Amino acid sequence: MDLLATLRIALRALKVNKLRSILTMLGIIIGVGAVITMIAVGGGAQARVEEQIKSLGSNLMIIIPGSTTSGGVRLGGSSAQTLTEDDAWAITREVREVQVSAPSSRGSGQIVAGNNNWSTVIQGVTPEYLEVRDWPIVSGRGFEPQEVTSAGKVALIGQSVAKQLFGDADPVDQQVRIRKVPFTIVGMLDKKGQSMMGQDQDDVILVPLTTARNRLFGNPQGKLRRVGVISVKVRDGQNMKEAEDRIRELMRQRHKLQPGADDDFTIRNLTEILQAQEASSKVLTLLLAAVASVSLLVGGIGIMNIMLVSVTERTREIGLRMAVGARANDILKQFLVEAVTLSLIGGLLGIALGLGGSLAIGEFAGWRTSLSPESVVLAVGFAAAIGIFFGFYPARKASRLSPIEALRYE
Amino acid sequence: MAEALIQTTGLVKEYLVGEQTVAALRGVSVSIEKSEFVAVMGPSGSGKSTFMNLIGCLDSPTRGHYVLAGEKISALSGDALAAIRNQRIGFVFQQFNLLPRTSALDNVELPLLYGGVPAAERHERAKKRLAEVGLADRMDHHPAQLSGGQQQRTAIARALINNPVLILADEPTGALDSRTSLEVMALLQKLNRDGMTVVIVTHERDIAAFARRNIHFRDGLVVEDHPVQKINDAEAMLRQAGAPAAVA
Repeated sequence: MDLLATLRIALRALKVNKLRSILTMLGIIIGVGAVITMIAVGGGAQARVEEQIKSLGSNLMIIIPGSTTSGGVRLGGSSAQTLTEDDAWAITREVREVQVSAPSSRGSGQIVAGNNNWSTVIQGVTPEYLEVRDWPIVSGRGFEPQEVTSAGKVALIGQSVAKQLFGDADPVDQQVRIRKVPFTIVGMLDKKGQSMMGQDQDDVILVPLTTARNRLFGNPQGKLRRVGVISVKVRDGQNMKEAEDRIRELMRQRHKLQPGADDDFTIRNLTEILQAQEASSKVLTLLLAAVASVSLLVGGIGIMNIMLVSVTERTREIGLRMAVGARANDILKQFLVEAVTLSLIGGLLGIALGLGGSLAIGEFAGWRTSLSPESVVLAVGFAAAIGIFFGFYPARKASRLSPIEALRYE
Repeated sequence: MAEALIQTTGLVKEYLVGEQTVAALRGVSVSIEKSEFVAVMGPSGSGKSTFMNLIGCLDSPTRGHYVLAGEKISALSGDALAAIRNQRIGFVFQQFNLLPRTSALDNVELPLLYGGVPAAERHERAKKRLAEVGLADRMDHHPAQLSGGQQQRTAIARALINNPVLILADEPTGALDSRTSLEVMALLQKLNRDGMTVVIVTHERDIAAFARRNIHFRDGLVVEDHPVQKINDAEAMLRQAGAPAAVA
């Protein structure tokens, strides 16, 4: 018997018991819907972390000064001024795993452009900084080497600052005053979005490191060329942990620390932290999907239950079909197709529920959800597999009936 | 004898009830020629239904041989038996056994579905058969919308659809009133006159009298096998049905 005829028989049988079929399908509908929604929720969390990693720059480590003790009082992190520009260049030069490292110093101040003013973060950087952070310039240009060496009064503007000061107008070549010093904006940075701490990374203005030191923040120990932070980008494919150890070794050597003495700096492996977060959000997705799968499984048991009832109810029909020439295989196929039809229709409706569910969660709970086509395919494939798995036992039971007993069944 | 349509030799069928073996048939050798009309009779428990199941290829004998139209049935597997039932035998049941909520046409087509006949040909042949049993105007009706006699005629059309060599009817009039019983028997007699081999199982003497030959079973054995002396003519009796007393 061909599949089309079998399918028609199955659909007719399902139509005869409409309410029962729909209720049975409901288990699969809810199961598939739940799986898709939960994977979308987990996927949303994952996508968010992935985006943060991207905005941070890949394979990023930062080195900040350690704490100092002043008269027995331990001050917090970064209280010491132990890092120098030369540390950064040494790291680039001597640690093989490092692609590039960039010294920077950080402060804040009022920026004035025409009638507008805005308080923001001012960072003194070298051109390497943009490379470390994977931060392209969308319009204008970066710093020229001689602007860095000669403390040129040029600045790169973050998108949030540009919006505050210039609205939608192009900020490039505009004049601003940073801490009352006139600067020319030579370029605008690409949008980065929120950092993992929820800070707006675009609320920033970059100036050359020398300019920051000489013209904006003052220079208490100019000869040593202190910097606030050294950002390090490790080469792709290198072990971050090993790179961290090498950098620590080099820094201890440069800072002439005795064995056993505490580091006077801290290395933060930001990418690693985020990767841990990413891994945990993956686990979360898996967990959510697993919990949702349980409802799919329960739906499958519902199908098995109804198919068993159906086989019993239709024993005489089975007997008759056998009497007029149905082989055991034909009967098996008939009930299997019925179960799979039930679960597949349920699966398709479940997709609709899953789409609706993840949209609703995005809308009302404000969570980010990300629907993946794979999860849809997976859920429907799973539904079909459940139909086959849970439909097989009742179908086999039907196909093994003796035609005589089936015909005589009351 | 070699030309017999049905040839059974020493058919034995035993069932295991608990730990005891119960013999439903204890060595039945019967031969039925083509175009015969046989009524198998006997009280319940006599083995007539078991005999029917065996010659209908619904069951396999414990011992003995069965040859249908030259084919040795007792050696065949389940699927091969299904194919024989599909191609060679037409069944008519006491309870009609039509699929509910399914049109008469679809019911009649059912054996063709398992015979792998394409849809267009299925419709064509089923329509023709339904017309032959006088139900041309009832093709789209569901069994629930048909009278008992119409349902049994639908079942006969279904039995005929694959041009079988044998019609097996198990108490075909058991669920019908006397007038529709006559209609059904008239139809079976007509088929027999046209050359069809018909075997019915019944416990009613007057129904058995429509056949040409009666075989009596008792305790798993054939106890009597004789031609019917005075064959009733169902059609003639129907014609007299204007007088209700004539239909006994």
